Amino acid sequence: MSQSSSREKIWGYAAEFTTPAAITQAAKKVAAAGYRWWDCHTPFPVHGLDIAMGVKPTILPIIVFFGGLTGTLVAIFLQVFTNSLEVNLWAIVPVIGYQFEVSGKPLISGPAFVPVMFELTVLLSALTTVGSMFLLNGLPCLYHPVLKSTKLARITDDRFYIVIEARDPKFTDEATRSFLDSLGPESIEPLEP
Amino acid sequence: MKRIDLSRDTLTLGSFGGKVFVLSGVLGLAGLGVSFGLKSIAGNDAFMKSWLFAFLAVLAICLGALFFTILQHLVKAGWSVAVRRLSEGIAANLVWIWVLFIPIFVLMVSGNGGHLFPWAAPEAAHDHLLHEKSSYLNITFWWIRAVVFFAVWALLSRFYFGLSRRQDASGDYKATNTMQWFAPLAMILYALTQTFASYDWIMSLEPKWFSTMFGVYYFAVSVTGFFSAILLLIFFLQKSGRLQEAITREHYHDLGKLLFGFGVVFWAYIGYSQYMLIWYANIPIETSWFFPRQIGPWYWVSLILIFGHFVLPFLLLVSRWPKRFKGSIAIIAGWMIIIFCVDVYWLVIPVVPESALAGAETYDQLVEAVTPASLGWQLNAVDFLLPASMLSLLLSGTMFNLRRCSLVPTSDPRLEESLSFENF
Repeated sequence: MSQSSSREKIWGYAAEFTTPAAITQAAKKVAAAGYRWWDCHTPFPVHGLDIAMGVKPTILPIIVFFGGLTGTLVAIFLQVFTNSLEVNLWAIVPVIGYQFEVSGKPLISGPAFVPVMFELTVLLSALTTVGSMFLLNGLPCLYHPVLKSTKLARITDDRFYIVIEARDPKFTDEATRSFLDSLGPESIEPLEP
Repeated sequence: MKRIDLSRDTLTLGSFGGKVFVLSGVLGLAGLGVSFGLKSIAGNDAFMKSWLFAFLAVLAICLGALFFTILQHLVKAGWSVAVRRLSEGIAANLVWIWVLFIPIFVLMVSGNGGHLFPWAAPEAAHDHLLHEKSSYLNITFWWIRAVVFFAVWALLSRFYFGLSRRQDASGDYKATNTMQWFAPLAMILYALTQTFASYDWIMSLEPKWFSTMFGVYYFAVSVTGFFSAILLLIFFLQKSGRLQEAITREHYHDLGKLLFGFGVVFWAYIGYSQYMLIWYANIPIETSWFFPRQIGPWYWVSLILIFGHFVLPFLLLVSRWPKRFKGSIAIIAGWMIIIFCVDVYWLVIPVVPESALAGAETYDQLVEAVTPASLGWQLNAVDFLLPASMLSLLLSGTMFNLRRCSLVPTSDPRLEESLSFENF
């Protein structure tokens, strides 16, 4: 192979598969071999691939729950604070709310606060979802070696790739290459950083 | 994609269905008989109100099933095919459900309807507001509408159940096209009949009060009842060794999502929206419906609904895993069907008789004037016995409907999709 001169700079290996079934079978073997820094790239979501890869469930829902809860509490605090009669912060700072009386309702009245509580809960949940998704996925990612290879452009069309990165502790040039070979791919592509 | 082989699965009720049909049928009828015997405990008027409450609870479950069946055809859903037959089977009870309405029908036609619906009393003619409403709220038009509602429901449920069963035998995919073609029309008919039935049978219990959201509220109630009921039905059918392969964890998960979405969040959203508009405007004729529900013992029932129908199930169902384990979702569904009955009870029963408020001028005086004794209402055995017996009859009827057919639509073109479908 002509890449022998640039072996020091190799970022990883990509193995090409032609069907969802083939990549699912191969992914099981990669996971069983104990690799950790590796991923599957497919043109569309493949059912069962997450399980085959042994991907753990995301912690995103738990983060979002607390994001939403923060929204609810902020909404309660904001409204009670701005409508309050008098709050003595640490007994030295007197704060007096606006005390707008609206249609004869009490200043602190639960039902009137619910829409704001609802909206802020939804808003903070949504922002937490998107924000945490970016953080957990390592986005924004302005450059990725997988996108550099022109051959791997078929990821977006009709090919399925398993990529094992060089930073994986189990990665050694020859062993990983021959391991990928044993999975029966169409071809194996070395990726430059 | 995993393939599921149904050949090893038990897809019919067999003799088990017959046993449940007889047992729950006998229990249900006996329960109704005993309730009639206990009529004197409750008193005539209270008995009829309890009867109306129990009837509306079982009707809600059947209407929810009809809605679900039509919805699946309307959106050409693939995931739900494996559970659709059960929903058709529950909806098919709408063919005979009018039998349970006979006592109310007789009461109205015999001229004693005023004991249940104030607008049907002879005195109502002297009340200006009720007199103005009499072109809609009169007994003749009322029973014509009732007949139309029952006819439409019987027709729709029969159409979808019948065609789907005939497809099992013929294997003709065109039946699916026909059902889909009629789905929009069926959905409109369903929405109109369900809305006006809730106006006629619940909202007109307090004829001077009105809320344009009331039909939607009863819809939220009915889907809560239905999703709880179908989850329990699936759970017990699987316990009896049926549908082991056909209905998977994914179907529990999706029905659980719908229970969460419709039965918990949508219900709270609609209930709150209705409440807040009335609370904010604070116009006496509009608040008259919430007044009995926020004083005396009913205050606690309202609080139980907020926490038991929204806060608690919200926290239980919001995560993924409680929806994916059969045991946990069945327990939640069991709780939801109980709180669903409390909700219908809360809709139908509370009333503050004029006599209880005599002499009170301010709100505080009104609240003080209302005691359980002056409300003329107390919880009695009939309130438990009637819904339990009617739910038992509903189970019996469902077993009867499903006695000969397969429990999944075996020839539906989307069955494969439903069997192998997975939630991400």
